[in-house]
Amino acid sequence: MERVLGDKRAVLILLGPALLLYSLIMLVPIIWSLGYTVMDGNPIVGFTFNGLDNFIKFFNDPAAWSAVWFTIRFAFVMTVLQVAAGYGLSLLYVFYLKKASSTIRTIIFFPIVLPTVAIALLFTRLFEAAPTTGPVNSFLNLLGIESVDWFGTPEASFWVLILMGLWQSMGFYGVLLYAGVLDIPEEMLESARLDGAGGWKLVRTIVLPLSLPVLLSSLIFSINGTLKVFDSVVALTNGGPGNATTPLTLYMFQTSFTYGQYGYGSTIALMLTILCLLFTVFIFRSTRRDLTKD
Amino acid sequence: MTVQTTAIASVNPRGLAPERVPQRRAGGPRRFLARLPVRILLAILLVIMIYPMVWMFLGSFKTQGEFLNEPFWSLPQSWSFENYVSVFENGFGQYILNSIIVVFPSLAIVLIVGVAAGFALEVMVWKGRGTVLLLFLAGIMVPTQMILLPLFTIYFRTGLTGTYWPMILTYIATGLPLTVFMMATFFRSVPREIFEASTLDGAGILRSFWAVGLPLVKNAVFTVGLVQFFFFWNDLLIALTFTNSDALRTIQVGLLNFTGQYGAVQYGPTFAAIAVSVFGTLVIYLFLNQQVMKGLTAGSVKG
Repeated sequence: MERVLGDKRAVLILLGPALLLYSLIMLVPIIWSLGYTVMDGNPIVGFTFNGLDNFIKFFNDPAAWSAVWFTIRFAFVMTVLQVAAGYGLSLLYVFYLKKASSTIRTIIFFPIVLPTVAIALLFTRLFEAAPTTGPVNSFLNLLGIESVDWFGTPEASFWVLILMGLWQSMGFYGVLLYAGVLDIPEEMLESARLDGAGGWKLVRTIVLPLSLPVLLSSLIFSINGTLKVFDSVVALTNGGPGNATTPLTLYMFQTSFTYGQYGYGSTIALMLTILCLLFTVFIFRSTRRDLTKD
Repeated sequence: MTVQTTAIASVNPRGLAPERVPQRRAGGPRRFLARLPVRILLAILLVIMIYPMVWMFLGSFKTQGEFLNEPFWSLPQSWSFENYVSVFENGFGQYILNSIIVVFPSLAIVLIVGVAAGFALEVMVWKGRGTVLLLFLAGIMVPTQMILLPLFTIYFRTGLTGTYWPMILTYIATGLPLTVFMMATFFRSVPREIFEASTLDGAGILRSFWAVGLPLVKNAVFTVGLVQFFFFWNDLLIALTFTNSDALRTIQVGLLNFTGQYGAVQYGPTFAAIAVSVFGTLVIYLFLNQQVMKGLTAGSVKG
């Protein structure tokens, strides 16, 4: 039997195609991309070796630092808010709506399946100030507040991006965390209730510590997604005003395809990869320390 | 709990009635009031979630004049499909076709090779399978930006630029890590004895895969397929990188460039274009929401 389950030829037939495609289109380009970081040029004009120039350029490039800063700030705010909102929803589903939550879960979840480009175009109109007054500004006018030019200032554009991200993803995180909160054994909640813990105390002392693992995986998933934000920025603000909302992904895209600098573009892509790795390790480490402390 | 009490009540209504009625009288209104803030909050939340879709749908029937002169809550004056006609006159039919041409072959290939690889990595026993699985896993975290430039060079040198192939091949590569990983997870939940029994019955491993393994994970393949469909269909980055002409544009790239085709914003056609691009995924969600929710969340917890 072991001979059959370990049949080398069968492994080759079953795994071969996937591994070949994956190696050729994913692994080889990753290594190749590392090679580009010490090059200057593009496929049309050819490449020349330029050592560490791209890295020196990156560290002295204000636009690159602005992109790094925007990426980190966006990822941090977005991750905290979407996981928090999702967690709030999951508590609502489990402890308040209970069995009746299915329909509401399904409704709040839906925007995650929509194309981000379409949502972004819709949000441009929702937040429009002129020539038409969009629903958001109309609502503000109703409250006696003047229309805000949401896409005119870096700060306002940032928050529209955040609000749109929340609208799109909070239902997803709600369902993701719902499964985790649901896994908490009923007996533990019951015994805590008998001890007199209710409401917020119950959440703080029992529910929160027990849902830490699923919160941790949500945080890692979220930070990895938000560090790579691209679609929503391109379609909503296109990095503007100026380059105030340009993340590393978009800066890499513009550098490579608008200016044809493949070497520098690869360097930016590498920096983004390092950033993703650093944040994942950081969250892993910091939560693990907390867990041992408890 | 509520189910239980009503069941008992229906069996023996008299016995329970005296106990329950006073309780309800005392707690009813107060309980309702206590729950009111959360109910209002929930109602507002639902309006925020659904209203943009309603607004989009109504807007797709409005004329330019209605957008500029009427408040946003006004209903369209006529239900004319003029905006939709103008969307398709601007090449949207071709964009949708391009998306279909690119997405479905990618989906078919990624599922076929991904399921087979998941089987080889999880059910079969050989040295180094852990390393290979890790190699696939690494692909989930590496941003697509890392592979775009070398791929651009490869496609350019091999003359594939200007065809659908760059998009199809890149989707396959970016879809493989999650597919392989999810399939391996599903195969892990199948009891090993099943495969051991089928080999004892004299079936070769390829036959075990085809006749025993595959039928067992049929539903899982469908779920993974749904998840990958959303990723490929909604993708902008890869489509934007590898479409160098209007003829190749997918629906997302077409939509992104749609507003740019006019001098001033044409509101009606823009809304109709958004509605058209949202339609497909929304209909799928309408019918398959439970599988979609299961699939999308399963793809992330483990990833």
